[in-house]
Amino acid sequence: MAREETESGAIDQDALARFDEIIAADERIEPTDWMPEAYRKTLIRQISQHGHSEIIGMQPEGNWITRAPSLKRKAILMAKVQDEAGHGLYLYSAAQTLGITRDKMTEDLITGKAKYSSIFNYHTPSWADMGSIGWLVDGAAICNQVPLCRASYGPYGRAMVRICKEESFHQRQGFEILLHLSRGTKEQHEMAQESVNRWYAPALMMFGPPDADSPNSAQSMAWKIKRFSNDDLRQRFVDMIVPQSEVLGLTLPDPAIKWNEKRGHYDFGELDWDEFYEVLKGRGPANSIRLERRRKAHEDGAWVREAAAAYAARESEQAMAS
Amino acid sequence: MSSPGGGEHETWPLWEVFVRASRGLSHLHAGSLHAPDAEMALRNARDLYTRRNEGVSIWVVPSSEITTSDPDEKDAFFESPKGKRYRHAGYYTEAEGVKHL
Repeated sequence: MAREETESGAIDQDALARFDEIIAADERIEPTDWMPEAYRKTLIRQISQHGHSEIIGMQPEGNWITRAPSLKRKAILMAKVQDEAGHGLYLYSAAQTLGITRDKMTEDLITGKAKYSSIFNYHTPSWADMGSIGWLVDGAAICNQVPLCRASYGPYGRAMVRICKEESFHQRQGFEILLHLSRGTKEQHEMAQESVNRWYAPALMMFGPPDADSPNSAQSMAWKIKRFSNDDLRQRFVDMIVPQSEVLGLTLPDPAIKWNEKRGHYDFGELDWDEFYEVLKGRGPANSIRLERRRKAHEDGAWVREAAAAYAARESEQAMAS
Repeated sequence: MSSPGGGEHETWPLWEVFVRASRGLSHLHAGSLHAPDAEMALRNARDLYTRRNEGVSIWVVPSSEITTSDPDEKDAFFESPKGKRYRHAGYYTEAEGVKHL
């Protein structure tokens, strides 16, 4: 018994050395490779949360499909929401290669055990919110996701490549919605500004807490899952959106935004992290609505899943018999 | 061994999707999805992997039907071509400078 333990311990040491070697060489870990349990768990948590965010993320925009102001905008919005369903499925598939089932992930989501991005717990009361979500929320997501294309876990990186390709349309269409509103009537311009005022801070918080309060970041960066820190990505995003807001003719609701010649970056003000943690804990404006709708959709769809499985079983029985 | 992710406790089985981008090219692995049967797998694959004209043809294969080489035997399994550089054109350097060769 003692000898066996030593043996398996030795094998693990070899496997760990091989794993470290692959990471150090900037190669990719693939599903059948040995990996530390903590690496597997971190990835399952991150990828499934990411998938859940895409799936829940359909709701704030789905809210406006029937009320989009033109047939063109309706078609665009439907394509975008369909993409988000697709992105959720790519990510769930990537998570499954780590040994968790789709059913388990769905269960964790609808029982409230799993988390998803807090940004989707805000309401979308105006049409301009479709613009702000595209420009700011998808913009922040792209900022986060582009480096994830190089994540050390192969299936995650591959899913992200596909997602990033499709996501750039999302950001541009949002920008265009805001641009048209901003250049429209006085009321339309105000609608755009009011929406940007609401979405600015939550979008910046999408990058996660400041580096000093983000205990898991260092390990994720050592494993090359994460390539840049939360604060670095947030800064990069602010540097992008300040000039873009000028093109839009809209202002960002932070008086502290100012070009800092010495740093070569825009300075910006403190964010309200108490709000972030409140929403994360489930006390955001729309947490319970989002989860309830997802749970209902899953339960209402049960008969479809059962019927399709029963049909497939009957067909294959008949094929065997004939 | 079966392909990873093909868990037994799923409501629907897992399928691997291969997409041909255009005539003259091979079908390439695009990803995977769940579906109750082959016909639904094809339709789901169309919706999931070809929303932007990425393909002219799709194959779907049950993940459980795929046989893969054993990753633990990787070195032994792929040993044969190693050290056989003479199988590559670059091994033959004396023809350097000779045209059309």
